[in-house]
Amino acid sequence: MPDPIVVAEGLHKSFGDTHALRGLNLSVPRGTVCGVLGPNGAGKTTAVRILATLSDPDAGHARIAGYDVVREAGKVRARIGLAGQYAAVDEQLSGRGNLRMFGRLSHLSRREAHRRADELLERFGLMDAADRQVAGYSGGMRRRLDLITSLILRPEVLFLDEPTTGLDPRSRGEIWDNVRELVADGTTVLLTTQYLDEADQLADDIAVVDHGQVIATGTPDELKSTIGDRLDVTLEDPAAMPAAMTVLNTLTGTDPTTTGADRLSVALPGGGLRLADIVRELDRAGVAAADVSLRRPTLDEVFLRLTDRKESVR
Amino acid sequence: MTALTSPLGRLRWTLLDGLTLVGRELGRLRQEPGQIIAALVFPVIMVVLFGYVFGSAIQVPDGGDYREYLMPGLFAMVTFPAWLGVMTRMAGDASRGVMDRFRSMPMARLAVPFGQTGADLLTGLLMLAIMVGTGLLVGWQPHRGLIPTAQAFLLMIVLRYALSWAGVYVGLAVKNDQVADAMVPLGLPFTMLSNAFVPTDGMPGWLRFLSDWNPVSALTAASRELFGNPGAPSGNVAWPLAHPVTAVLLWSAALLVIFVPLSLRAYMRRGR
Repeated sequence: MPDPIVVAEGLHKSFGDTHALRGLNLSVPRGTVCGVLGPNGAGKTTAVRILATLSDPDAGHARIAGYDVVREAGKVRARIGLAGQYAAVDEQLSGRGNLRMFGRLSHLSRREAHRRADELLERFGLMDAADRQVAGYSGGMRRRLDLITSLILRPEVLFLDEPTTGLDPRSRGEIWDNVRELVADGTTVLLTTQYLDEADQLADDIAVVDHGQVIATGTPDELKSTIGDRLDVTLEDPAAMPAAMTVLNTLTGTDPTTTGADRLSVALPGGGLRLADIVRELDRAGVAAADVSLRRPTLDEVFLRLTDRKESVR
Repeated sequence: MTALTSPLGRLRWTLLDGLTLVGRELGRLRQEPGQIIAALVFPVIMVVLFGYVFGSAIQVPDGGDYREYLMPGLFAMVTFPAWLGVMTRMAGDASRGVMDRFRSMPMARLAVPFGQTGADLLTGLLMLAIMVGTGLLVGWQPHRGLIPTAQAFLLMIVLRYALSWAGVYVGLAVKNDQVADAMVPLGLPFTMLSNAFVPTDGMPGWLRFLSDWNPVSALTAASRELFGNPGAPSGNVAWPLAHPVTAVLLWSAALLVIFVPLSLRAYMRRGR
């Protein structure tokens, strides 16, 4: 495995009485996409702000490409790009005007800043809107402009803080395509999101964050394996529900959840149970099933299981 | 490309990045010509409104021409909103994440407040020039020669620059463009509560006290004195009106001493 380009060790951060981060650890290998997944208030944005030098940790440290985010912030800034939840561009300027300004502020020469602006507009399909004021852009276009503004200096690490929150599915798909292209170019991406399908689509590795700590890491597949496959059963007659519950409970050792008047779902223990056995047992108990299917859990199910909150703890 | 590491390189980039941000404000004006038109129309409206509508009923203390009396007040009136404009732009950048982008970029850190105040200075000069043009059209003129005239305009510019730093700090402190927008209408009564349009002698005691000590009054009195326009206070007057030039300089120095360090600290802080 190559050296990690993003490393966070034991990050702590409090705002008054709120402990946003409580010992967060993170390690992202160069050239990969790390999805940081967590409910609202889990500490995702705080972690990104520290890694992007916008905020100092109370304890712990973090390095980007070997440079400390507090002591060598300048060197870190020259190597990162940040695209946030807001479209952090000047709404009164045109798209081209924004790119040129941020290019100049990145200390490109005037000519180079102009060339880079055109190159990015062309490549990410915003050339048609280049000279229009950003205030008139759609949400998706703004987000895309925000994204490409953070690419002016060809960052080694790109932080995307909830890049598609509030976007329609089509715009979201376009952002995803853009991110995939960047990764193909070798950019390392750290992406926070509350959309599990987004992490599933883009991330090589996922870090699930809750209460300011990483509570699970792994590839999407590995995370799904931790809670086992799911069995979904649709009954012909809802009246057979109690019988079906009993059969599935006996077979799996866990209580099934009802997902509709005539549907139920249960987690399967690892290995040993075959679909044929399940169908036979249901048959024997006189339960007529319209459909029985075995599937991988969704990341949502993994996520809900992992972040299952004991409300009394808070 | 020189790095940001040497002090000289840092100074150079603070200047260059600051200029880029000044260019940004000019670019905004180009995108919104409405703002330029508004800036052109505003002085005309003020001169007509105060000079002719109110002026027809207001007596200048020593019998001078009301429009001669009025123009120094209007110069002060275009000077003081400097802090409001800068505050709104800083708060807008902070609330929309533009400030975070600046902070996460390898640009000179101090360029943002210096660029913003520098840009305001340029727009301020433009507005002042338009106001001067309008004043000359309606018969106002400086009477005391080149140097006092230049001194009067210099005072306006110095005070404007100092005020714009107050705007930087307040904008960084409120961080929310809606709050900032809501504060803008406070500017008008602040300017009206002064000697800019009417003498303060006729006001009730406590209001007169506030008006006399309002820096708007000091700037107005200073320009009246330096331009040789009517309205010099007589009799028992408050200290800032008796020594208006010193008062304006003191106000400017106080604003800079307080708000430059506060603003820089607020901008550099990496708390949240």
